[in-house]
Amino acid sequence: MAPQRKLDLDPEVVRRARRLAARAAEPIIEMARTHTTVSVERALLRLAGLQGADSEGRPWVNHLVDAVRDQVGLEHGVALPVWDALARGPHASLAHLARDAARGRISFRIPTGSDATLATGAARGAARSGIARIDRRRAERDRLLREIGDPAQPWVYLIVATGDIYEDIPQAQAAAREGADVVAVIRSTGQSLLDFVPEGATREGYAGTYATQENFRLMRAALDDVSRELGRYVRLTNYASGLCMPEIATLAGLERLDMMLNDCMYGIIFRDINPRRTFIDQRFSRQIHARAGIVINTGEDNYLTTADAVDAAHTVIVSQLLNERFGHEAGLRDDQLGLGHAFEINPAIPGSFRLELAHAQLVRELFPDAPLKYMPPTKHMTGNIFAGYLLDAFFNLAGVMTGQSIILIGMMTEGIHTPWLSDRDLALENVRYVRDACAGLAEDFVPRPDGFVVQRARQVLSESIELLDKINDDGLLTAIAEGTFGVTRRPADGGKGLDGVVERAPGYLNPAIEILDAEDPHADRAERLEPDKKEVPA
Amino acid sequence: MRTDSPLNQAGAPAQPADTRQVIRPYGDTTGDGMVQMSFTLPVPAGKRAEAAALQLAGKMGLEPASVVHSKPMGPDFTFFIVYGRVNHLIDYAGIPVPPEREYPLLTAKQVNLAIRRALNRRLVVVGACIGTDAHTVGIDAILNVKGFAGEKGLEYYREIQVVNMGAQVTVAELVERAKAEDADAVLVSQVVTQRNAHLHNTKQMAAAFHAEYPTAVAAGMGRPLLVVGGPRFDTVTPEDLGVDRIFGKGTTPAEVASYIAHALLPADTITDAVRETDGAEGEETP
Repeated sequence: MAPQRKLDLDPEVVRRARRLAARAAEPIIEMARTHTTVSVERALLRLAGLQGADSEGRPWVNHLVDAVRDQVGLEHGVALPVWDALARGPHASLAHLARDAARGRISFRIPTGSDATLATGAARGAARSGIARIDRRRAERDRLLREIGDPAQPWVYLIVATGDIYEDIPQAQAAAREGADVVAVIRSTGQSLLDFVPEGATREGYAGTYATQENFRLMRAALDDVSRELGRYVRLTNYASGLCMPEIATLAGLERLDMMLNDCMYGIIFRDINPRRTFIDQRFSRQIHARAGIVINTGEDNYLTTADAVDAAHTVIVSQLLNERFGHEAGLRDDQLGLGHAFEINPAIPGSFRLELAHAQLVRELFPDAPLKYMPPTKHMTGNIFAGYLLDAFFNLAGVMTGQSIILIGMMTEGIHTPWLSDRDLALENVRYVRDACAGLAEDFVPRPDGFVVQRARQVLSESIELLDKINDDGLLTAIAEGTFGVTRRPADGGKGLDGVVERAPGYLNPAIEILDAEDPHADRAERLEPDKKEVPA
Repeated sequence: MRTDSPLNQAGAPAQPADTRQVIRPYGDTTGDGMVQMSFTLPVPAGKRAEAAALQLAGKMGLEPASVVHSKPMGPDFTFFIVYGRVNHLIDYAGIPVPPEREYPLLTAKQVNLAIRRALNRRLVVVGACIGTDAHTVGIDAILNVKGFAGEKGLEYYREIQVVNMGAQVTVAELVERAKAEDADAVLVSQVVTQRNAHLHNTKQMAAAFHAEYPTAVAAGMGRPLLVVGGPRFDTVTPEDLGVDRIFGKGTTPAEVASYIAHALLPADTITDAVRETDGAEGEETP
């Protein structure tokens, strides 16, 4: 979908904005390439097939990484010491090794010479088999999209959040039958700050359901069933964010999730996760998403819930440009960049809808090939459900007029309670009406040259350039520390998870990163992979 | 002996008509009693479902009632919009007038002036969302410069030093920081209410502060002022939780700042600050 150009943006200004974003991102990317984290290392072990947890729920990947770290440090990565220990015997598998490591019975070392060669080869083989499983899942998705059918955009995005995966499943299926093209399972509050991924099917969560590999598998299977019933492939979304971002991305790839919330700065600003930890984890998670064919959703809408949606409009653009740059560098294609934005301008401001149109059209034109994710009003939903229903209709209208790709469905009871069955039904009635009544309106909507909408869009773009200039002068970490995004100050050495960051030493080995750095994530592997589609995860 | 008591005349207390104020809902005519409601029943749509909806309306006191809209929501549920006349009466005179705020609402300038006069240093406020609660919207609305409802947050007050610890702070971290910063007031926000987590967390927090400052006499006298805010505290009192004050939904930064000033500063410094700033244009106070 190539939208028409309606704002007459100066292409040189747009190029300059991208250049500035790339320059601001460069030192961060360099940091990510030269550091690792406990979660990146655990993700490698998950790719290699290590699953499960001890009787207290502590995953074996945590035990193994912690044991290696205690004995030889993580600066060389876990691959060499772990596969060296396996080669020395007598453990038949990573799981056995992890159990004994947890009991303190394994003595790890950094192997040298032929031992190192042996360990490297074995680790590479294990990483390769994990990446191949992700490749097969991607091929499987492509096949299902062909066989079952891919719904037209804009995709209707609905949320379920009961805390119990076995309650989520019928709700998600009902949502799909009611018209959802994308179902997101909201995570339990606080999971982002857990430094481990819970195990198994879970039935208790706080305002959401834990992201676990088994929950992913159960929900994807249930949506496959309902997709076949409905004749359209219903996408599944979860959250690759927080302290376990790389591992959750890996599990999403292994279980064929389709979209993942994955923002470059959300965890820093809204969860007070350490900035360095976030950027390092993020690069690995995005490389996995690129390889898995997963569409990421970024979180710029959140800035507008704390900052003013007019004053801070340019921070959304700047963050989108940064998310794009970090995404491209990690191998994501434009069609995997679900850049976020939101309809959050105070409706009491005269011309608020024209401002919304200007912002939404600007994002559309800056990122013509990205599946933009447009978020409904939340901040100005007052509890007046009638006014809220109207505001949601205007949000839907702005989405249709400006050709947004993924529309999260606004609830008139936003801020009162988690959506009731009837709330969801009424919300879908709202969006269906607007979508049907205004189908094709995007073609007719051509803002007057140099009119209000065009001028406002240009103003936001020029404010974005000013901010990018400033970020380049000060450095992105400083800008974040000063509260540039979301009005929240986050110093580079503050926040949670910094102790899990380690600078890579010469000779660092992570065979998953080797593969992800070296290979084109989008090379056509379908022919080679399809025969194995019935493979069961180890 | 008194003989003019109504009890003696009628054998029962006569209700003087002028003390009652009977009201009922207003549709478009005084006394019509009309209300609207919507709900979902877990049955397939149809005439039988509508009869069930009407029976429910009747049991809720709507007579007559009419189903103006019913819509199937999937095969097993039906959504209804029902109008009806309620037969319940409300004596408005019997509804107690809610207590007024027991302290005056101050401007930022007045708060700053009172703090400067009373303390001769900045007043330190430490804020956090404790427990697993990741929703900083409440604490940010009160603390961030951006504020809430058009009012600037406490960071905007020159004489208030704000330490916003953000989300998912442990009680131990909060106590430690409050001590390190020598906090005058501690603000805690609790939005997530699953299994009454907000009540448990707040009690735990208050207990930790009381344990940390065993010799404290009161807020501002040996320990910081403890303030909690959130949308679901309406069933409890500050005493239940061990805090000094609870704020509910819709609280503005000025209300919190005014309360802190009222609770921690001598009354005369506030009165003076109000008089001086109010009187700036009129009577000069020599």
